Amino acid sequence: MSGAPLLSIEQLTLALPAGAERRDAVRDVSLTVAPGEVLCVVGASGSGKSLLAAAIAGLLPRGVRHAGGRIALRGRDLAQCSDAEWRAIRGRDVSMIFQEPLAALNPLMTVGAQVDEVLRVHRVLSGRGDGAARAARVTALLRDVGLPEPERLRHAYPDALSGGQRQRVLIAMALALEPALLIADEPTTALDVTTQARILALIEHAARTRRTGVLLITHDFGVVARVADRVVVLRDGEPVESGRAADVLRAPRHPYTRALLDAVPHGRVEPRTVIRSGVPLLDVHGLHKRYAPRRALPFLPARGRRGVDALIDVGFTLHAGETLGIVGESGSGKSTLARALVRLARVDAGRIVLRGEHDLARLADNALRPLRREIQMVFQDPYASLNTRQTIAQIVATGPLAHGAGRRDAYRRAAELLAQVGLPADALDRYPHAFSGGQRQRISLARALALDPSILVADEMVSGLDVSVQAQVLDLLASVQRRRAMAIVFVTHDLRVAAQICDRIAVMQAGRIVELGDTAQVFGAARHPYTRALLDAMPVLPARAAASGTADAATRAHQRINEEQS
Amino acid sequence: MTRGFLRRFVRARGAAAGMLFLAVVALVALSAPLWLPSPWRMAGEPLLRPLQAGHPLGTDMLGRDVLIALLWSARVSLFVGLAATVATFALGASIGALAGWCGGWIDRALMAVTTLFQTVPQFAVAVTIAAVLGASLESTIVAIAAVSWPAIARLVRGEFIGLAQREFVLAARLAGESPTVLVRRQILPHVWPPLAVLAALMVATAILTESALSFLGLGDPSQMSWGFMIGAARNVVRDAWWLSIWPGLAIVATALAINRVGEGLRHASALAEHGR
Amino acid sequence: MNTALRLTSTVLRGLAVVLGVLVVNFFLVRLAPGDPALMLAGDAGSGDAAYVERLRAQLGLSRPLVEQFALYLRDLAHVDFGFSYRNQLPVLQLVLERLPATLLLMAAAFAVSVVAGVTAGAIAAYGESRGGPWMRRIARAIGALAVIVYATPLFWLSLMSVIAFSVVLGWLPSFGMESVGAGYTGWRRALDVAAHLVLPATTLGLVYGAIYVQLTRAAMLEVIEREFVRTARAKGASEPRVMIRHVLRNALLPVVTLGGLQLGQLAGGALVTEIVFAWPGLGGLMYDALLQRDYPVLLGLIAVVAALVVLFNALTDLLYGIVDPRIDGRGAR
Repeated sequence: MSGAPLLSIEQLTLALPAGAERRDAVRDVSLTVAPGEVLCVVGASGSGKSLLAAAIAGLLPRGVRHAGGRIALRGRDLAQCSDAEWRAIRGRDVSMIFQEPLAALNPLMTVGAQVDEVLRVHRVLSGRGDGAARAARVTALLRDVGLPEPERLRHAYPDALSGGQRQRVLIAMALALEPALLIADEPTTALDVTTQARILALIEHAARTRRTGVLLITHDFGVVARVADRVVVLRDGEPVESGRAADVLRAPRHPYTRALLDAVPHGRVEPRTVIRSGVPLLDVHGLHKRYAPRRALPFLPARGRRGVDALIDVGFTLHAGETLGIVGESGSGKSTLARALVRLARVDAGRIVLRGEHDLARLADNALRPLRREIQMVFQDPYASLNTRQTIAQIVATGPLAHGAGRRDAYRRAAELLAQVGLPADALDRYPHAFSGGQRQRISLARALALDPSILVADEMVSGLDVSVQAQVLDLLASVQRRRAMAIVFVTHDLRVAAQICDRIAVMQAGRIVELGDTAQVFGAARHPYTRALLDAMPVLPARAAASGTADAATRAHQRINEEQS
Repeated sequence: MTRGFLRRFVRARGAAAGMLFLAVVALVALSAPLWLPSPWRMAGEPLLRPLQAGHPLGTDMLGRDVLIALLWSARVSLFVGLAATVATFALGASIGALAGWCGGWIDRALMAVTTLFQTVPQFAVAVTIAAVLGASLESTIVAIAAVSWPAIARLVRGEFIGLAQREFVLAARLAGESPTVLVRRQILPHVWPPLAVLAALMVATAILTESALSFLGLGDPSQMSWGFMIGAARNVVRDAWWLSIWPGLAIVATALAINRVGEGLRHASALAEHGR
Repeated sequence: MNTALRLTSTVLRGLAVVLGVLVVNFFLVRLAPGDPALMLAGDAGSGDAAYVERLRAQLGLSRPLVEQFALYLRDLAHVDFGFSYRNQLPVLQLVLERLPATLLLMAAAFAVSVVAGVTAGAIAAYGESRGGPWMRRIARAIGALAVIVYATPLFWLSLMSVIAFSVVLGWLPSFGMESVGAGYTGWRRALDVAAHLVLPATTLGLVYGAIYVQLTRAAMLEVIEREFVRTARAKGASEPRVMIRHVLRNALLPVVTLGGLQLGQLAGGALVTEIVFAWPGLGGLMYDALLQRDYPVLLGLIAVVAALVVLFNALTDLLYGIVDPRIDGRGAR
């Protein structure tokens, strides 16, 4: 990897419009990308990394200005380019792929037509008789990115493809004209774990075989570990560390980098002892749920369309004080299971027996109401799970008030709970919009705890949070559980997170539980091939040098981040 | 929250001006019997041009003062606009809430009826109802309500269905809130804002429809209204074409003002969700 | 869902709507104050006692409601929409005589409203989001104009345009569909009709165009923010290509659906416009029936126009199926 750099950014500063949370989106950022090299730009959300990428492609949104520094591609200063020159560069010399594959494709154009568009826009094979040649080229491009039956897939519309397939199409579009530089803005974040690994491999392959320089934006160090040659860490728009990926991962110099790395769930299994005795708190057996297919007219049979089997013969037991992880990718049925447990969805068959007495699946609504306090839920989206028109006090006191507590008692309880989740008392009178994602999840937790449930279902509770905040919230959850001897059903798509807090793990695939066992056993000796595939897809960070006691370092890191973010 | 609401409200273009204009119109409308002479009084020579002594806007074909008639007409327009909207609301909101909350076959049946009333040529039906019931304020109000309720029903139903699936509502259900409390505390506060905006726009539409019905002679014959004035002016359009202009401008100004107030409401409530 | 199934479903639903309208008519007559027979005889017919009695028997007014409804359906099956005593003609015949003129006006106005509305809306959306200072001013002007037009009563605007272009300027004829007594044929007749069509179609088209302006603008502003537009730009596509092939194409979807719902309003507007311009269509029929209190005609009018709207909606559904490949399962796996 020698020779002149492909992309050279010197002291780049991008100014935000007046009234933004800081003056500059990025300030004095310098980096280089060599041909065939993969450079990762890492940062939390709001660190300016996406705007940096947009600037290189000349796609800055209105209001963000180039306020200093230089972006040079093969020595040519990009700031001097006219609109026409930019249009020639984009797609041909510099390509970009984005985060959400479905949203990034025009739903009304076939996949082949969209790949073809790159060729047409840049006048490749655009002569009168070149139609067939172009079609062949498109097919070849689709095949190169590993899409099955490219000849037929060419005529499909985006919504018929899976997330991974769509991202492959976008990569095909981006690589169609063999650009010198590929910018990938969080290309795998919206994808399943197993798919992520494959897409990253595809990108890496393109870099190595075609000598394409890759600038990859991410917040996930797992991605860095897997494909990066070099890495730059951004914080609030400023670079805090850069260097060879292996070096930075092994021995980060800047405290911020160290804190970020420490917060990444390590996926190492701690020894856990759980006493499972007596009548199980929850005994789930034989759950089935199918979603019926849509019909054209109510009375017509749905010809040839099967419904979707969301749950197939799902069963497990749960004892007091234990944490059971439900791990699966999208479409595995884990969310349906979570909702079934709290009776937000009804199952077609099966039992959900609480304390050996009540079958929650079968109870009438009236009989269920007093039992509701036993099993509560925390939802995934911190921005949708709080009523924006209620104060925090009202939100947290919802349960007690609904069960007949007096207002003063209910609000006093709310104050206690807020203290338990680490929020100040003055939060009671404020509204949700004043709080960050992590704080909102704490409030959601306080609300769920208000009724003193014996079971808490956490449905992707930390999936919508930044890595550093995730760790804090998980710690909180663990400490709350210890204090109350509460059982937790922890639904997640991230095995590493599950490893951190779960005693037992159930792996779900296509509606079934394919593996169920102690965490240590699932990680050490997985029986089902799907579990093994998930484990293989987990990124492994290199061991950290000079770590002075893992637990202490982690705690100190969390404290530091906590201070910096409040 | 109210101060921020007001601040956002006035930032919407024309909202404050619209509010002011409506206040003036409402004042005139309410106080008219106290200080304005009857609009039916033949105050001068017929078809006097505007800007004559004593008749700033001239007189109509029967010698009635145009300006006085114009001011009196505000009463009918505002009254019918508000009353029709209230009726529309009562009908539409109940149907929509019922459909959205109950779901199942009730929802399907009610939506079929709603679609039916949306597909009929609304103006023709309003005309027919007003004709069948006889020319009066009540028949106008009923006619307008009978064709305008579907829009409210759909909005309310849509909001109920959408909100019922929102996670904070689900959390309240889990917390054990009874359905009535749930609707009151979780759902209604989110339904009011879009509903208020639609209500404002509906008042404007009701005024336009009322004027059209009066134009066709279906309004209360004992009440002076802008539509009636335009209808009468149509007969003398070749001799005194200017008579048609003033009442039309009055309608446009009022409808526009209400429209701007509605936009102000939309602006104010949309941002309230996101703070600041 | 494949096309045939979807179309069948649309047609069935449309028929249900028309049936529903007829049911509404049925109840309207019986719920109104007064004697239904007198009402259906109309002002003119009420004087003829024998006729009223015949009507009473025909409607079965002394029989239970269910039987009355059965009789009503039977009449409908014989395509009997009622009788206008005043005109001494079946209502259906009266309506069908006037229908072509109204269709002509509606079609012309629809074309104007869609073309003017969508174009203006697209320009406004483009100006607001991507344009320079001049484009932004134009966009704001378009938006303001649409708002003002929306607040304008159609009948008054029609009257104003008559005053402006006919009375004051004398450029265009102000009433009727053809020049009275001129007896043109062929080419010249078409031109004459066209000249008479300009004012009413343009007025009606502009007022309903305001709806399309707002729809298109809102739809385009929403689509412009979407990811795939960024992808298209990242490919190096030119601005016009991005705007038309990507943004407009997707924005037209909601415009088609929502715009289709407005057709009932267009029909109502056509009726009003025809009255002001004395256009020989259903509007004039309605106005006459109103003055003469000829209720059967009014009721028949509602039924026919409803059927028209249902037909238009079916066509819109068909159009939507063609434009959006996700329906009809063309995105086959």
